[in-house]
Amino acid sequence: MPELSALTLSQVRAKLADKSISAVEATEAALARIAATEPKVQALLSVQAEEARALAKALDAAGPDPAQPLWGVPLVVKDVLATKGVPTTCASKMLENFRPVYDATAVAKLKEAGAVLVGKANMDEFAMGSTTENSAYFATKNPWDLSRVPGGSSGGSGAAIAACQAYGALGTDTGGSIRLPASFCGIVGVKPTYGRVSRFGMVAFGSSLDQIGPMTRTVEDAARLLGVIAGHDTKDSTSVDVPVPDYVGALAKRRDLKGLTIGLPAEYWDEGLSPEVAEACAAAVKQAEELGAKTKRVNLKLSQYAIAVYYIIATAEASSNLARFDGVRYGYRDTDASSLIDMYVKSRTRGFGEEVQRRIILGTYVLSSGYYDAYYRKAAQVRRLLRQDFEAALAECDVLMGAVCPTTAFKVGQMTSDPLQMYLMDIFTISTNLAGLPGMSLPVGLGRESGMPVGLQITGRAFDEATMLQLAHVLEQSVPATGTPAL
Amino acid sequence: MKISSEEVAKVARLSRLDLTQEKTDQYAAQLGDILGYMDKLSELDTANVEPMYTPVNQVSVMRDDVVVNDYSREDILKNAPETDGAFFIVPRIV
Repeated sequence: MPELSALTLSQVRAKLADKSISAVEATEAALARIAATEPKVQALLSVQAEEARALAKALDAAGPDPAQPLWGVPLVVKDVLATKGVPTTCASKMLENFRPVYDATAVAKLKEAGAVLVGKANMDEFAMGSTTENSAYFATKNPWDLSRVPGGSSGGSGAAIAACQAYGALGTDTGGSIRLPASFCGIVGVKPTYGRVSRFGMVAFGSSLDQIGPMTRTVEDAARLLGVIAGHDTKDSTSVDVPVPDYVGALAKRRDLKGLTIGLPAEYWDEGLSPEVAEACAAAVKQAEELGAKTKRVNLKLSQYAIAVYYIIATAEASSNLARFDGVRYGYRDTDASSLIDMYVKSRTRGFGEEVQRRIILGTYVLSSGYYDAYYRKAAQVRRLLRQDFEAALAECDVLMGAVCPTTAFKVGQMTSDPLQMYLMDIFTISTNLAGLPGMSLPVGLGRESGMPVGLQITGRAFDEATMLQLAHVLEQSVPATGTPAL
Repeated sequence: MKISSEEVAKVARLSRLDLTQEKTDQYAAQLGDILGYMDKLSELDTANVEPMYTPVNQVSVMRDDVVVNDYSREDILKNAPETDGAFFIVPRIV
């Protein structure tokens, strides 16, 4: 692969800043790599080649700006995030021709930082899914093995970074949608604390669960991106007004893991892991101990209820959020309709895919009269208990560790006939969204049996991404390098 | 947990979705499995537990009551399926 494409975000950023390479060179390398790999991987729904070239040219004319931490860096953004004037489809037919008239706050921040957005990444439709097979357009392939899924719902972002198409991507995570594709694709993926990053301009799925986060090849790269997108936003009343630490600066402050305590939840280790995942994750924990960390067995006793709680709350919120798609102001409008109500029905039925409709039906059911207390209210009560479980564990530990997923990436089509089976893949990731805590996936090597990447999940205290990233950064230097797939 | 095709059909009407009989029956079976899984929650005693609808403590975040024009009419109508330049045009309701 071209030398430029093999660099990390931090490396290319430095070369751009000192003019070793120009913004045009970096953008052309990204576009060439995209052209070379897309026929196999299909990570992107759209490529903004002309816009990117024009911006790169303008950046070079003005020269590197030290006040722009991502000056000239080509990035990709999941197609659930509003990009002004550029198609934003959420991988749905409902938004096939939709071009937002504003940028999501996170996107605006990337642009202010000087980044060059080269493409919009494929995803499961409206972020509903774990494999990117629910995209209404096409399925993305895992660059490590094209017969396997890249994970989801940010599978396009994961595959784009694993294939070195761009130096970083924004994904979104509602129940594991950054961490799972990061794990399956062998890259770093961070879901920030709920409220750390503004959700303005992210097409909403589960408003109390959604977060935007970085997907990159290294922890340092993720720290850089997180530092740019994090922060309070008056346009998102759920964003929290706490200062953004210097995440990159924090990384340099730790050489080892002395003084840190890692919690290992029994419920995440004792059973259910495939042997290769258990082996790779256990080896990483051992490395952490050798680096000076203490480990401690903890319990998250309510883990077994998390999936039920999640699928009640997430689908309930989704059914409400997706009510806005009615063919009136934007999106697909069916022209066969005989009346206004018929227009709503036909537009929604023809515009939404099967998984989306299934979740809307489930969400509407659990919120409906007679069932609201038994399902939605009950789930919200258990949600509080789940968070208390985490708070108790994190009172004794700095972070918690476990696998992101019981298995490595499975074959395309393996899970599509059984929705419940698909939902169970989220078992280790969803609790973090319910509790609102930060979590990340760190690649810890290739599985012995499948040769596919294994992701270690690290969960931190609320708004303490710095400790989580520090630990991941140190550990990253010691675990077997994952490398990049031969494409 | 059995959920009938009639119940699915009712919920579909509420959510403005038109399902074929085949889809209705399929969803009834799948949702039955999923809801059965959710019935586990009744094992837990949540008698005095306050529901947690969001992870953040703030609710009803306020701002000053000042008009801010962020978008022009043209912007707002830009993605309209049908417009006369001033309004969104939809089929008659009465």
